[in-house]
Amino acid sequence: MSVSLSDASIYRFLWVYPALQESVERMKPVGKHSLGASGEISDFQEILRYLDELILYDNMWDDGNSLGPKEVHNYLTRVMYNRRNKFNPLWNSLVLGGVKNGQKYLGMVSMIGVHFEDNHVATGFGNHLARPILRDEWHENLSFEDGVKLLEKCMRVLLYRDRSAVNKLQIAKITEEGVTISQPYALKTFWNFAAFQNPTVGAEGSWKVTITGDSLSLPPSPTMGDSSSTVIDYGNRLDI
Amino acid sequence: MFRNQYDTDVTTWSPQGRLFQVEYAMEAVKQGSAAIGLRSKTHVVLASVNKAQSELSSHQKKIFKVDHHIGVAIAGLTADGRVLSRYMRSECINYSYTYESPLPVGRLVVQLADKAQVCTQRSWKRPYGVGLLVAGLDESGAHLYYNCPSGNYFEYQAFAIGSRSQAAKTYMERRFEGFGVGEEFHILDNETVQGLIDAFEIVGEETPAPEEAAPAADEPAAADQGAPADEGAAPMDI
Repeated sequence: MSVSLSDASIYRFLWVYPALQESVERMKPVGKHSLGASGEISDFQEILRYLDELILYDNMWDDGNSLGPKEVHNYLTRVMYNRRNKFNPLWNSLVLGGVKNGQKYLGMVSMIGVHFEDNHVATGFGNHLARPILRDEWHENLSFEDGVKLLEKCMRVLLYRDRSAVNKLQIAKITEEGVTISQPYALKTFWNFAAFQNPTVGAEGSWKVTITGDSLSLPPSPTMGDSSSTVIDYGNRLDI
Repeated sequence: MFRNQYDTDVTTWSPQGRLFQVEYAMEAVKQGSAAIGLRSKTHVVLASVNKAQSELSSHQKKIFKVDHHIGVAIAGLTADGRVLSRYMRSECINYSYTYESPLPVGRLVVQLADKAQVCTQRSWKRPYGVGLLVAGLDESGAHLYYNCPSGNYFEYQAFAIGSRSQAAKTYMERRFEGFGVGEEFHILDNETVQGLIDAFEIVGEETPAPEEAAPAADEPAAADQGAPADEGAAPMDI
């Protein structure tokens, strides 16, 4: 998810899924721009190789011309769309951000080649959960700190609602001079709601039932903040 | 230039290290009618002398629009020029399609020059017999390049190619310091152009129909004016 801000720079969030390893970096600098991806990491790595070659050949001209973010975005669109036409897509949603000659650029390409440019973009669930927030709260003159706060707010919503998410994230700051990507850091979250304690109490077919006094009784309907009853877990006992 | 035993093939060197077929191709450029280009910081202008085959025929087209930001004027074998213009248009449009952005002129001329060079190193090909003045705008400003059949290209502030282009070059050489210094660019109407032509007209010369009057000057590294003696430097070696 990314946001473009007032002082000719673009700030970006990266959502990190660490399933098998410490962290997977889904955002990389590409020349003076920055590319983030969701989806297949292997395909993202392949795309990074294509872009590496593209930027290399561009630099080899050494002629005062250079590929800007718009050009790279369109190149990626062509690649993604052509793969889709061959029924062999690169399974990614890509976000590209960059600044050239004071012009900020933020573009997105999906795995079927749908592409657009906007002041704020997101991939996957971000489109449904984060962009409404961004639409309300983004404005032309956001400062860096405000932009980060806004993105963190969106990320927190996504974190709570996406079951396979983890609270690690990175921010990329892109200006005319280039890209700096922060180290992954964690967002604070709060999970101590009463309903989240022993969430299966009283659920149909669960082993957990509540006890009040000496007799077994049917558990009351779950309410928040109800801490007066004791819970006994009959997990493995077969004589009940 | 006289015939000799090393000039049959483009792939045969002379003992002085010259490729005569390539030099002959550059002669073809000199025989064509003139084309002139000149630039300022923000604009480039091309002009050409368009001959007609006969009284009944139309005038030869020598200036082509290659893209919104690039144009080319040719001198020499106009058929070769037409083919190369088509190649340039194709390259520009492919680049635009992939990158949504105009192809920088400097990169186009290199591709053109490489294409011309191939024809100087294959026994089954011949060099293109056309000189191209490529004019365009890109990130770094306005540019004018000259591509010659040898596969060389040069950048110029102002240049002229084709027959009697030396007069144009001398005229421009004397004036080029005053080019494009904060001057407004305006397109001349036909009456003004005709007036300028009449002012320059030399008695007894034929008066062809140019698109715009354009005096020009050039830098010393002219590739092909002044036929070299057999012992002198080959024109494309400067």
